[in-house]
Amino acid sequence: MIKNAREILPEEDFFHPGHPLCPGCPGGIALRWIMKVLGRDSIANVGATCLCLPTHVYPHSLEVPSLYIAMAPSPAGISGMSAAIRVLKRKGVIPAERKINIFAISGDGSTADIGLASLSGAAERNDDGLYFCFDNEAYMNTGIQRSSTTPQFSWTYSTTKGKTQRKKDLPRIMAAHDIPYVATLSVGYPEDFIKKVEKARDMEPGFKYFQIHGPCPTGWRFPENKTVEMARLAVETGFWSLYEVVHGSLRVTYRPSKQRPVIDYIKLQGRFQGLTDADIQQLQQWVDEKLKDLNQ
Amino acid sequence: MATLKMLTGNYAAAYGAKLARVEVFPAFPISPQSPVMEKIAEFIENGELDAEFIPAESEHSVMAAAIAAEAMGARTFTATSAQGLLYMHENLFVASGIRLPVVMAIVNRTVGPPNTVLNDLSDSLDQRDTAWIQMYAENAQEVHDMIPQAYRIGEDPRVLLPVAVCYEGIIISHYMEPVEILDQEKVDRFLPPYRPTHAVLDPDRPMSLGQIVMDDTYITEIKYQQQEAMDRSKAVIQEVDEAFGNTFGRTYGGLFQTEGMEGAEVALLTLGSLASTVRAVVRQLREEDGLPIGFIKLRAFRPFPSQELRDSLSNMKAVAVLEKGVSIGAGGAVFLDVSHCFNRRDDNPLLIDYVLGLGGRDVTFEEVRNIALRLFEERAADSVENPIRWYQVRGL
Repeated sequence: MIKNAREILPEEDFFHPGHPLCPGCPGGIALRWIMKVLGRDSIANVGATCLCLPTHVYPHSLEVPSLYIAMAPSPAGISGMSAAIRVLKRKGVIPAERKINIFAISGDGSTADIGLASLSGAAERNDDGLYFCFDNEAYMNTGIQRSSTTPQFSWTYSTTKGKTQRKKDLPRIMAAHDIPYVATLSVGYPEDFIKKVEKARDMEPGFKYFQIHGPCPTGWRFPENKTVEMARLAVETGFWSLYEVVHGSLRVTYRPSKQRPVIDYIKLQGRFQGLTDADIQQLQQWVDEKLKDLNQ
Repeated sequence: MATLKMLTGNYAAAYGAKLARVEVFPAFPISPQSPVMEKIAEFIENGELDAEFIPAESEHSVMAAAIAAEAMGARTFTATSAQGLLYMHENLFVASGIRLPVVMAIVNRTVGPPNTVLNDLSDSLDQRDTAWIQMYAENAQEVHDMIPQAYRIGEDPRVLLPVAVCYEGIIISHYMEPVEILDQEKVDRFLPPYRPTHAVLDPDRPMSLGQIVMDDTYITEIKYQQQEAMDRSKAVIQEVDEAFGNTFGRTYGGLFQTEGMEGAEVALLTLGSLASTVRAVVRQLREEDGLPIGFIKLRAFRPFPSQELRDSLSNMKAVAVLEKGVSIGAGGAVFLDVSHCFNRRDDNPLLIDYVLGLGGRDVTFEEVRNIALRLFEERAADSVENPIRWYQVRGL
């Protein structure tokens, strides 16, 4: 039984209603949960993502300190902040016992494409912070262009006949960095989402990587009241999987009782319109291979 | 106690940063900067400096980490050169835009191609529009002395801008000179710790830094505030130079240094290591040949001391700018700014630009002397055909 987020999260909100995200945006849901888990003693590093809108587009802001540097380098922001906290604690400027949660949030394009070197660098140095990649599977904030995490056959404004390449598997790349924690998240599974963020928050210092699957009504072309349904269908079909990698050891955190065919998921999205049977077959094969790999 | 040591310019910079008690040091290796990084990493590893070293994977991340650390309220230092500086270009605007007084050593190196580790000023002059204060040093001692000064200038509440201390690669960065290492206690009195309130990420007093705006809300005003801060920094640079002199017994002239300007009819203006050669030529011409010739060493390129230079240069008949850099399609960046000093109808000096020393090509005493003598001959001319002179071009 999936628990409601309200049952397990504190009442206090650090993220304001009336934000300028699109109706039905999963980013708003995700950011609200993240903020509730991390609490007031946290500092945000925002990279280029739709989540700039509620966090950094004047006059909107979070209720915790937040820094926007540029599109790519929010992982390096984690490095700078955590280093500063260490030295300022040694010097007594920040009380040594005070725990401050440094976190970054950025889009899939800024994480998997332009910021990949920065991300890999901060992970390799194991700098202390939580990194959230909000993966809505395209450059949505700039108007829906393909990214390396856009799935094959998906329409975007820069792949009008469908993307020819497959989705980059970034969580696996991050797991290969030998960092304390890697996890995939979905707004369709609040309990799984919240538990993982709490776990990473309470772990020893080090780099923790999250990838949030973010079904985007605007970019994927589906009705804005279907966001959570789409998030669940992604997991039920195996298009997106929920797992964690703790110090290199992988554990699937949610297994659908029965794997549904991908057609159930893609037929509801305008971005996959006009796929041939062979295309759908190819997507199904990609999902099957992925799941086989994950289950080994 | 101050101690005299044989040091390269890079080590002089590293010791300067150590004495300034920098707290976070992100860096990425690039010639000819790398020894700065190595030395500071060693200071930190040895426990001689209580700081955090971030061995970043690129200069872009270096400047981002510097911004984030400084935004947490830590005094931050870094160093780079040439292509590395250009790689961090976008983030330079962020540091100044958020008003974070990061200090960076720019170990000047030619921007390729052709790629080289030798120097001109093409890398730092190229960053002139990033709202960083840029100070140019002539030798290792000045590099050393400028690092604590740079923090005191940048962190002054009237300024709050990042500062670059620029010095040429190899010729300054790698050659050894006797350097008087400053006394730590005196530096501590000269430079108190950086504990900011204007831009700091503190959960007890939340603030968003690096805002995005969807229309022209305040952009003009925020840029204008940076301009005002730059303007105010002129007085601060002068004050800090004097305060440094009072504490350590050396002054450098603040925005620029002059010599022999009284009664002079012509003047040579330059910056960086070339100042040593040009000063020697001017002294010889004045003292041995009796020519009325003056010398100006420009120290601050940003803020550009337009008003102050006009006051010094307006009585000259001719002024030559000697610079190791050029904005191709226009002229030397320094020359172009010197030209802007003179915007009135009255008599102005004839201005001539010498673009030379590119890619580390040696600029000899004889060459500078010839420039000076030619300037003296041309001083009465109404105009010259092309004031931008590419000097030392082989085959011309």
